[in-house]
Amino acid sequence: MHLTLEFGGGLELLLEKSIKMHKVDVQPIDGQEKVMMKGLLSWVKSNLIKERPEMFLKGDSVRPGVLVLINDCDWELCGGLDAELEEKDVVVFISTLHGVL
Amino acid sequence: MAPSCNPRSLWAPSVQPSGRPPLLCPPSTPASSPPPAGRSTLRGRRPTQAVARSPENPPLRAPRRHPNIQQQISVKSQLPMDSAVNGVRQPPARAGSRLCTRCGERKAALKRPKTLEQICRECFYIVFEDEIHQTIVDNNLFKPGDRVAIGASGGKDSTVLAYVLSELNRRHKYSLDLFLLSVDEGITGYRDDSLETVKRNEIQYGLPLKIVSYKDLYGWTMDDIVKAIGLKNNCTFCGVFRRQALDRGAALLKVDKIVTGHNADDIAETVLLNILRGDIARLSRCTFITTGEDGPIPRCKPFKYTYEKEIVIYPYYAILCIYSPNAYRGFAREFIKDLERLRPRAILDIIKSGENFRISTTTRMPEQGTCERCGYISSQKLCKACVLLDGLNRGLPKLGIGRTKGVAGGDSDTGSFDTVRLYKLTNYGCEMG
Repeated sequence: MHLTLEFGGGLELLLEKSIKMHKVDVQPIDGQEKVMMKGLLSWVKSNLIKERPEMFLKGDSVRPGVLVLINDCDWELCGGLDAELEEKDVVVFISTLHGVL
Repeated sequence: MAPSCNPRSLWAPSVQPSGRPPLLCPPSTPASSPPPAGRSTLRGRRPTQAVARSPENPPLRAPRRHPNIQQQISVKSQLPMDSAVNGVRQPPARAGSRLCTRCGERKAALKRPKTLEQICRECFYIVFEDEIHQTIVDNNLFKPGDRVAIGASGGKDSTVLAYVLSELNRRHKYSLDLFLLSVDEGITGYRDDSLETVKRNEIQYGLPLKIVSYKDLYGWTMDDIVKAIGLKNNCTFCGVFRRQALDRGAALLKVDKIVTGHNADDIAETVLLNILRGDIARLSRCTFITTGEDGPIPRCKPFKYTYEKEIVIYPYYAILCIYSPNAYRGFAREFIKDLERLRPRAILDIIKSGENFRISTTTRMPEQGTCERCGYISSQKLCKACVLLDGLNRGLPKLGIGRTKGVAGGDSDTGSFDTVRLYKLTNYGCEMG
């Protein structure tokens, strides 16, 4: 599944070359039909994050203070970790925790 | 979709139908592709709101004055979501499939942490700006004709503040003379970039800009200071110097007030820190929306009740200070975000707790006087900036920070109680950042 991921507010510093925009191809976890946000987060952790994953994730979710938007809609309205992603969705991660990163 | 000036600013297009200036326009951000057609999306323009406000285009519908009715409609429309049908739990609602609880017409895009309302982009702009207007009016922050300096760092809070304040000033006829006031700490790669943002704000919002630099005021840039003292404690210098620098810049601009972009999260964090540090003097004043009314230039915080989440989402923008390790503050901040996730109201509740703290009458509070050397407010003989400068200029940059050899002994520690003790011992210093 093709997704566009954007990282901002300092989160891009955790990625290789601090690139903010990533066009990625993510496959559903075995046994699941669709890519869920939960699966995307662990995919991002193992494929994109190069350092200090604790700045991005806490437990199985994003660190509190990281804003997530799916197609510019607050992910809290889309089901949070259980939100199902669709082809060509745009997912944005913005850290509001400045000064700590 | 036309390329926006700042493709990363979610809801702030470069050209708006109402002719508003772009909110933010950072350089060299990659253009993002628009989300696929047919999906609910918020990226791009704010047509509904802008058109509705234009005098030539009276609003076709006026949903905003009937919150109760809208609430009922939206509750109904939400019922089928997430509910079990034939015992099978339906998948969570997709982006934008719920209706705004305020207008009941457009798709919700944001869950407001303050109220848990699910609202659409257009209603968000209206409530965000209206609440700040209400805060300004309820607290009598300004008088008509006031000259007001906006403390502008180039960060998200002050940039949104500059935009919203100039917008409200026009819309509600506050009759304020607004200025942008920036402090150049002299941090290469951080402040020079953010000052570019402020210079763009000057042009975009048509507000005169004044920049005061540490180099001019104190003879030291932060780069020089870090070279002399290293990365530990440099925030003390920066905080103390910035506070004075803002006041001096404001005096040069002959303004009646300084406004800063401190938001609800900032204030809740400061309440917690002041409790953790046992700093009762600051605890009692850190929740005031206006401070320094007895001094020459009062300061106020129009974003006192505005959540950081909403400021970030209003346009998206953030810049980080490369010199700030500030771990202690970071912990409190993270704690606050943890609380917010469990119970979004917690931020406002902490501010409320801070406001309701009563200090026992037998507690001796520090008395405020003026610095013997520079005349700035100080509770000691010399103000903190003069003590720090003394240290820098005498090649003893640790002077006035934490424990020093021969005073308290032991390994160096920046605990505030030790700091306070040191000030008392040396009769130096006053305000901590």
